Amino acid sequence: MSSAENTNDGVAKFEVPDRGALGTIQHWLHVNPALVPLIVLLMSVLVFGLLLGSKFFSPFALTLILQQTAIVGIVGAAQSLVILTAGIDLSVGAIMVLSSVVMGQFTFRYGIPVEIAIVCGLLCGTFVGFLNGWLIAVMKLPPFIVTLGMWQIALATNFLYSANETIRSQVISTEAPLLQVFGEKFTIGADEAGRGGANFTIGVIFMVMLVVVLAYVLKQTAWGRHVYAVGDDPEAAELSGVNVKGTLISVYMLSGLICAFAGWALIGRIGSVSPTSGQLANIESITAVVIGGISLFGGRGSILGMLFGALIVGVFTLGLRLLGADAQWTYLLIGALIIGAVAVDQWIRKVSV
Amino acid sequence: MEPILKGRGLVKRYGKVTALDHCDFDLMPGEILAVIGDNGAGKSSLIKAVSGAVIPDEGEVFLEGKKIHFTSPIQAREAGIETVYQTLAMSPALSIADNMFMGRELRKPGFMGKWMRQLDRPEMERRARDKLTELGLMTIQNINQAVETLSGGQRQGVAVARAAAFGSKVIILDEPTAALGVKESRKVLELIQDVKSRGIPIILISHNMPHVFEVADRIHVHRLGKRLCVINPKDYTMSDAVAFMTGAKEAPTQTEAA
Repeated sequence: MSSAENTNDGVAKFEVPDRGALGTIQHWLHVNPALVPLIVLLMSVLVFGLLLGSKFFSPFALTLILQQTAIVGIVGAAQSLVILTAGIDLSVGAIMVLSSVVMGQFTFRYGIPVEIAIVCGLLCGTFVGFLNGWLIAVMKLPPFIVTLGMWQIALATNFLYSANETIRSQVISTEAPLLQVFGEKFTIGADEAGRGGANFTIGVIFMVMLVVVLAYVLKQTAWGRHVYAVGDDPEAAELSGVNVKGTLISVYMLSGLICAFAGWALIGRIGSVSPTSGQLANIESITAVVIGGISLFGGRGSILGMLFGALIVGVFTLGLRLLGADAQWTYLLIGALIIGAVAVDQWIRKVSV
Repeated sequence: MEPILKGRGLVKRYGKVTALDHCDFDLMPGEILAVIGDNGAGKSSLIKAVSGAVIPDEGEVFLEGKKIHFTSPIQAREAGIETVYQTLAMSPALSIADNMFMGRELRKPGFMGKWMRQLDRPEMERRARDKLTELGLMTIQNINQAVETLSGGQRQGVAVARAAAFGSKVIILDEPTAALGVKESRKVLELIQDVKSRGIPIILISHNMPHVFEVADRIHVHRLGKRLCVINPKDYTMSDAVAFMTGAKEAPTQTEAA
């Protein structure tokens, strides 16, 4: 028991390493991963505001960006959860469209009350998410392959089931307006003629609420911490007592559910139920997630960053259009942002010794 | 004295390979028992068999005299046996506090905890800080810093602190100094002594003879899937131990008293 004397404060001290100025910035970004996209967002708003003046820097234009971002933001929230577990969900867009088609067709083909049809659509999205999660967690298949396959399957099911028929906006608004509820708009501060002012849709509010709720869940609940731990190192998480399979399946199910909500919001945005809509949602959501600073290797980043990432894309799209630039400039700049974001992510990772 | 953790006739086969061949094992209360053996001797299988990571094909394990049958490390953990794996089993991007409570998080009392499932961060941070202070690790100033920003020794320290915080009966350390430099190894050895002085018995698996001889009360020499002998480090030299381990020297026949 010679060790008993060693129990004073002098035992096992470890030195704190000294960081330089650059190291301090690196450390800061490491702690606050949403900071980079936030700065980029504010700067891009500022630059376009200076270039375009009140044409861009008006409540109308700025809220228009929010409306245009709503669908990508909602799908991006689903994508964020999946990417945090070091997975990827290529089927988000297909799940979204399939769910919206189920909501529409159940209402109009079978005459099911619209509320029940919506619930069926939400369940449909959750079920496809469950299939993804089960194949990935239990069958141990790579997420990329599973969701690549599920993308095709869900999209084909969508076309086969809907017979490629669009349900027109007018029919929906007269017979089942609930389907379009996410498109409902309210305006603050318009002039007498009803122009300008800040326009908010239910879809925009839903997106913001969703991100806030998920940010809380990821940060403040055990499940949220488990999502990060699973993405960081699944074996370590398992040994620490995390139910890795259960966490993965629940993440993909929640992702499917959120995509189904996005499908509902999509009806509100475009007015009709169209099986050909939303084809780019998977790529756009991954773009938002990556620009938002969430690591594709999992376990790092914040969902707020994804929202900033989606908004950056929205700001560039509208800003460049108002400037009269070729739309290809938008893609070019977004491409550069994606590569820049991943480079920053790699740099931040190096903080680990 | 009754062993706190006891294995009898443990057998584990992987296909045609017999990793454990009717192996016995005893851990006495309050001691540091080192387990040494050549690569492939079955040390890891033995430790996994008593900690629930593998299920032995035959044989029995007793904890405090009661027969137990773990089917997962989680069950062993619930019974008070904590293992610090060589890989440490920590999530590098998460904070020290998050890692210490991973899989057994505390929730806030009342509405926020019950319905909003909110974690009780202040309480988890307080307990994590207390535990690290208790073990003299409080030069880690920020309990919320990510584990990956810590040095190897600090990480090992956090992993040991996690085990000490929850391991009420037995702590198993798998090669705790293997990846560390001289200075950091020293600190971890001090930590081990410190945990022992709190009365928690420790199983130490190590290849490092000087470390083993420094901290162990008894040494379990493992060879060819079974316990060859148990020696007292005061009675034998390191080269004796290595000779037993490799079969170069005949093992002492008498059963060693604790």
